[in-house]
Amino acid sequence: MIALERREAPHPWAPLAIPLISIASAFAAGAVVLWLAGVNPMAAYADLLGEPFGSGFGIAETLVKATPLILTGLAVLLPARMKLWNIGAEGQLQLGAIGAAWVALFTPIGHSPVAMLGVIVAGMAAGALWALGAGALRAWLNVNETITTLLMNYIALLFVDYLIYGPWKDPASRGFPLSATFPLDARLPIIIPGTRVHLGLVLALVAVVIVTVALSRTRWGLEVRVIGDNPRAARYAGMNLARHTLLVMGIAGGLAGLAGVGEASAIAGRLQRGLSPGYGYTAIIVAWLAKLNPAAVVIVAVLLGGLYLGGDSLQISLGLPIAVVNMLQGLIFFFVLGGEVLAGYQVVIGRRRVEPVSTGSRAAR
Amino acid sequence: MVQPSPTVAMRAITKRFPGVLANDAVDFDLAAGEIHALLGENGAGKSTLMKILYGFYQPDAGEIRLHGTSVRFRSPRDALARGLGMVFQQFMLVPSLSVTENVLLSLPRARLRLDYRDAAARIRGLAARYGMVVEPAARVWQLSVGEQQRVEILKLLALGAEILILDEPTAVLTPQEVRDLFTALRRLAAEGRAVVIITHKLSEVMAVADRVTVLRSGRRVESLRTTATSARALARLMVGREAFDQVQREPVPPGPEVLAVEGLSALNDQGLPALRSVSLAVRGGEIVGVAGVAGNGQRELGEVVAGLRPPTGGRVRINGRDRTRASALEVRNCGVGHVPEDRLGTGVAPNLSVADNLLLNRYRDPEFGRGPLLDRRAMQDEARRLIDEFGIRTAGPAAPVRTLSGGNLQRLILAREIGTHPRLILASHPTRGLDVGATETVHQLLMNQRRAGAAILLLSEDLDEILLLSDRIAVLYAGEVVGIVQTDRVTVETLGLMMTGARAAGAGSGVR
Amino acid sequence: MSPVTVAVLAAAVRAGTPVLFATLGEIFAERAGVLNLGIEGMMLASALAGFAVTAQTSNPWIGAAAAAAAGGCLSVIHAFLSVTLRANQVASGLALTIFGTGMSAFLGRGYVGVPGSGFQATPVPLIAQVPVLGPILFQQDPLVYLSYAAVPVAWYVLYRTRWGLEIRAVGEHPEAADAMGVDVARVRYGCVIAGGVLAGLGGTFLSTAYTSMWIENMTAGRGWIALALVIFATWDPVRAVVGAYLFGGVNALQLHLQATGTSLPTYLLLMAPYVFTIVVLVIATQETARKRLGTPAALSVPYTRTG
Repeated sequence: MIALERREAPHPWAPLAIPLISIASAFAAGAVVLWLAGVNPMAAYADLLGEPFGSGFGIAETLVKATPLILTGLAVLLPARMKLWNIGAEGQLQLGAIGAAWVALFTPIGHSPVAMLGVIVAGMAAGALWALGAGALRAWLNVNETITTLLMNYIALLFVDYLIYGPWKDPASRGFPLSATFPLDARLPIIIPGTRVHLGLVLALVAVVIVTVALSRTRWGLEVRVIGDNPRAARYAGMNLARHTLLVMGIAGGLAGLAGVGEASAIAGRLQRGLSPGYGYTAIIVAWLAKLNPAAVVIVAVLLGGLYLGGDSLQISLGLPIAVVNMLQGLIFFFVLGGEVLAGYQVVIGRRRVEPVSTGSRAAR
Repeated sequence: MVQPSPTVAMRAITKRFPGVLANDAVDFDLAAGEIHALLGENGAGKSTLMKILYGFYQPDAGEIRLHGTSVRFRSPRDALARGLGMVFQQFMLVPSLSVTENVLLSLPRARLRLDYRDAAARIRGLAARYGMVVEPAARVWQLSVGEQQRVEILKLLALGAEILILDEPTAVLTPQEVRDLFTALRRLAAEGRAVVIITHKLSEVMAVADRVTVLRSGRRVESLRTTATSARALARLMVGREAFDQVQREPVPPGPEVLAVEGLSALNDQGLPALRSVSLAVRGGEIVGVAGVAGNGQRELGEVVAGLRPPTGGRVRINGRDRTRASALEVRNCGVGHVPEDRLGTGVAPNLSVADNLLLNRYRDPEFGRGPLLDRRAMQDEARRLIDEFGIRTAGPAAPVRTLSGGNLQRLILAREIGTHPRLILASHPTRGLDVGATETVHQLLMNQRRAGAAILLLSEDLDEILLLSDRIAVLYAGEVVGIVQTDRVTVETLGLMMTGARAAGAGSGVR
Repeated sequence: MSPVTVAVLAAAVRAGTPVLFATLGEIFAERAGVLNLGIEGMMLASALAGFAVTAQTSNPWIGAAAAAAAGGCLSVIHAFLSVTLRANQVASGLALTIFGTGMSAFLGRGYVGVPGSGFQATPVPLIAQVPVLGPILFQQDPLVYLSYAAVPVAWYVLYRTRWGLEIRAVGEHPEAADAMGVDVARVRYGCVIAGGVLAGLGGTFLSTAYTSMWIENMTAGRGWIALALVIFATWDPVRAVVGAYLFGGVNALQLHLQATGTSLPTYLLLMAPYVFTIVVLVIATQETARKRLGTPAALSVPYTRTG
């Protein structure tokens, strides 16, 4: 007979093997869905995977997409270390874009030498405040942050629509819902000439370093880790959970807001619809695949960023919606979840070997 | 004379869990009409063996015979169907449902539509027959622990159980309730049923059991009739060597008053009054034990003093200063150590390292970091020092705490809470679930602190422990201090009476 | 009561129906102790399935059956991960939403803008003529009537049958239920799948009754709103009706204001349902904290039989 039995310790190859096998399985399952829908899976995958890593430009574009994923990934990761689920990175990103647009277009700072700084600060502050709404509800009233952050995503998107269809509509846009373009001073500079890779990438990497060091080497990081591991022990040890909740959500919102600043100010150059194809949701997968390790977020973000790029390419070559990428991401998430659990078990075939019994009372069989 | 075959015969039962051999080829017999005690230290494998009999676990090897036929219970449902029932230490009752609903849940699936009235009538009938009165419509969370235990037993009787297994049934009862339980058990045995009591209390084995089987480290040591043995002999079998000498409580000159609780009132998690105007005091160099059955306010008292629960009235003074509304952090900064009731659930962060956990109360100190950054090396060094001083068995300061055994976990917590020589120690059920050796260590450590002048507030359900360690004993009943007595001048009977609410003559309330 | 008010109230019932289905379904899942955050994904997939099958067969009932099946099948994935594998339920539900959203958008690309058929409003003979209540409650689509029936059935199952007793026990204290011989896994699977089927009905209502078309992301967060409404309903089927129709009311009111021209900006009006849901969630959380009994104690905690 075949049975699953708990292992005493995970297989040594597990940390590497699980993600790889899971991703491969997800692609296999995805191929089935594609095929059922009348799409040639091999052609689709060739495009999907070839584009991001097949050329210099592809790699650069992958980095462009990885930048917001790193930031939103951190925005999900940090609260998750305290067992808080921030599903609102998408909305916080939008608020970051709104904050950036406001400074760039509607304040004198937008045309001053400190425009870029102003844009960054405003965007991060806007994102932080947006997240703090849900954070405060959780910290003071114990309201489930999963649902509130999520609902605020919808509100944020509507807020953007309101602004670009209404008070912030660019008079020169002839009816299209767009804000005016940001003044050059307020746009984040390109750091690799000939590509769209911008300062946001550097800021993202700096954020990764700061978060890594903070979590592992500071008193604050220790408190965050204790709260995440056992909130009752944290309270017993005298830690203030409410204050930590607020702080962590605020920082997360700020990071996601920074992603929004990058997308609005460097990539699009204005406030518009569709700044994000769902980065805030992909960020959940990024954080999970990275096993809540900030450094690993970079690698995962690059991989999933590449997937998004491949999806763009599929739109052009095969006319498939970008949603294919979301579907594949969902499948990856499923298989990784399943794989992690199964890694804690081993398959046992046949009857279990009986250990030699020590001398002791033993009735004759 | 023909030997009747045992009602239950377990042979060569073996069960292994990751990292531990819980039962090693154990034999066990049970006859109808007897009360059979299964005796052993914590961790000896008693619960596991009975859970296998009950179908909760499957044995890795061995055979079970019921009335002569070989059986294999794949789940408790099978066992229940064959007349076998078990009452666990943590009651298997759903707190939010009523007594009737809990009983209905355990009855075999008769029909889809529930008949509450019929079930309630049946419960009342059974309860009256065995003198175990309980209100069927009451929700389980509203009942006292003793009443909940009655429901558990009634449940099994309603199912027609002929064999009853009780896991540590007296841990949560007052001495009077224990006597009532034993009377009911004898009545059940006299009617031909078989009863197994899993216990580690020698006195109870000698008081109520007909036969006793001793387990040690997963193996059966011996089975005897209780008439043919003594408590001392059983202790030796249970532990494998002569029992340790118990700690001696030598007189210590009392120091200044460290903790003063005045007219303290507080609510419990359900919003009901848990403490009603409680007053007591603890001086340096003395241990005040708070006796009382779970649910009478012990837990809330500890939490209020520790700053983990806001009081609704009264005052808490530590070292003379008012700390009534102090936060947990402020209380700790007064020089208070708190050994929590729930080691793993409250006392540690299980996935963090031993070092992190050992310094959970000191990582804010300047010696462990400059500015926001922690000095990891200093933390490791101090952790190693504490590991040595308190004999914590672990792979090292970086090992995750969840790899520690129960006894070592308690050592870690004591090292942390006592290692700084606090003026006041709150010890909540410090030896719960520990074996004899670990219990000894804990008692010794507490006595050492007492000798060094610390004030200790000991909250415990274990009357033996309270009598052993305390200089004075305060008894809590329904949130009130029924009396505070000198240990040397009180008997177990008096304490037991006080635990049920009777005020003892000459026992002052609030007298320091 | 003015005809306008009646019309708005009728619209409230219609708007609240998909959320009512989803909320009822999630109540069962959560009562058994399983949190399913994948409702949004299941509703979208079912909406597409319902629309597509209805278009193919010209029979909205077959479409509804397909939608229910789609919801049920997707929920099995979540049940497998959460109950059998004991993976993190929040993560599994989120994965389901991401997957369902993506898959429905992908498979549905050929159906966008395609005119479809669907349910027609079917007045109940005689009762529909009753003043006020008639037009509000009894001149609706057949699926709405199905939702009317679903509530008392859900209540009866939960409180008056053995199944319901087992469900409630499993969600509060699975160890006790297990010890009393209840098959915890089977109860949880059953409830999660029931949740998926009901979410499926809610989804297909959107694409074949409320409207007769398919748009990407047409649920617009209703799956998440259902999660909040479960808390507002304190996990009780009858209270779920109140929450769902209140939500429907906000929705209908907002549409009405848009249609009749108002100075309030469109997009701010569109925010109303979400803001309303957050407010409701805050209130419900305080109420749950005050009442002793609210959240199923074992919610989102995987069950393993241990010593």
